Amino acid sequence: AVTHHHRKQKARMGETVKLIGAFGSGFSHRVEVALRLKGVSYELILEDLSNKSELLLKHNPVHKLVPVLLHGDRSVAESLVIIEYINEAFNEPGILPTDPYERAEARFWAQFIDQKFPRFFWMSLWSLDEEARRSVLTEAKQNLSLLEAQLKAKGKRFFGGDSVGLVDIAASALAHWSGVFEQICEVTLLTQEEYPELCKWANRYVNDDTVKQCLPSRDELVAMFTACKEMFRAMAASHK
Amino acid sequence: MSETAVKLIGFFDSPFAHRAEVALRLKGVPYELVLEKDLGNKSELLLKHNPIHKKVPVLLHGDKAICESLLIVEYVDEAFDGPPLLPADPFDRADARFWARFLDDKCSTPFWLALWTEGEAQKGFAKEIQESLKLLEAQLKGKRFFGGDDLGFLDIAACGFAHWLSVFEEVAGVTLVTPQEFPDLCRWGKEYTSHEIVKQCLPDRATLLAHFSAKKDYFVSTVKSMAPN
Repeated sequence: AVTHHHRKQKARMGETVKLIGAFGSGFSHRVEVALRLKGVSYELILEDLSNKSELLLKHNPVHKLVPVLLHGDRSVAESLVIIEYINEAFNEPGILPTDPYERAEARFWAQFIDQKFPRFFWMSLWSLDEEARRSVLTEAKQNLSLLEAQLKAKGKRFFGGDSVGLVDIAASALAHWSGVFEQICEVTLLTQEEYPELCKWANRYVNDDTVKQCLPSRDELVAMFTACKEMFRAMAASHK
Repeated sequence: MSETAVKLIGFFDSPFAHRAEVALRLKGVPYELVLEKDLGNKSELLLKHNPIHKKVPVLLHGDKAICESLLIVEYVDEAFDGPPLLPADPFDRADARFWARFLDDKCSTPFWLALWTEGEAQKGFAKEIQESLKLLEAQLKGKRFFGGDDLGFLDIAACGFAHWLSVFEEVAGVTLVTPQEFPDLCRWGKEYTSHEIVKQCLPDRATLLAHFSAKKDYFVSTVKSMAPN
């Protein structure tokens, strides 16, 4: 049974890998980094999210979102689920630690980032309502402090240690996209004074050789998201 | 590492704590259960080991603390020998994880809102949760459990809809799931709750009913801050 499984695994590794993503999407970027770290060749299919393709809707009928990984005849959705899939379906190097406790820890922080940052960070940037901003800002800063403390405690170049790992990938929006939004909104959340370790980490992340290959340029992102400014403001206003 | 003492901080009414207990029992890991007496007055032990979320369950394995119920289940699967809780194939694992996340991220809020809101809003949330549960039910595909012949990760993740669902429906006076409209899900629920290992750590239904009935006003008050605009 074990040999059969391994043979199946090996056969699977040779199958075509495609990634349905979208330009400028932090979630798409996460998966691209994971694929590249694992040395997996893939074809990138870019969606126009205002006009979703049949391919996307077929392979992610539940959420209808990018990214979606197509591997042979199978599809996987949800960026963190995809990353664990890539980690397990393809050989070394590992993106997650091998020790079960360290893996649990990495997963905890990756999920923490997804649970906390989209809402609080987002609202802190885009909300024009001072009162709404104030309340989410406190929580956003607390969450940033927790990440800062993690980095400090680890004392390594990345959350994952000496090289980029799951948590770094999960936090990639903080490394690159937050600067873009801060520029557009003329607000700075991730200050050097309050979060020195995070700022240093962000710099290391965006300059990493593998990450650089699939990171949209800051200028392109600023242009793209400036066009969405009013929409984002409206979204923030409708979320209390 | 497996010989080190294992403790689980839980609370009797929590389906999340139940997830962790089931995982430990299925894996055959002996553990000491430490029950919080009052989640409105959390113990030092809980606050110390889960300072960020301050929630049960928390698994203590030697000097390590693991939080978040689904992460605990994966940890138990990986740190201890015993029958696997997640499938072997990476794609099946991804599938199980995807649906478990779907439950926690997409179902819990509409479920809660469908119970405690009223009028048109309630109808909308009820429709939403029913559509989501239909998607979940489809994952059974005629199998006894989501995991196949025996329990797996997704069964454990979905335990709330096997045991707690009908209790909440009764307290709220709301019907969301019927055997006519959800035949596979209801059959699965019975299989789950009558499983010999699950039974060992499933809170008594009558006790849950009394406990949640007493908290009804509090539950209704929670939705006021939750309902999206």
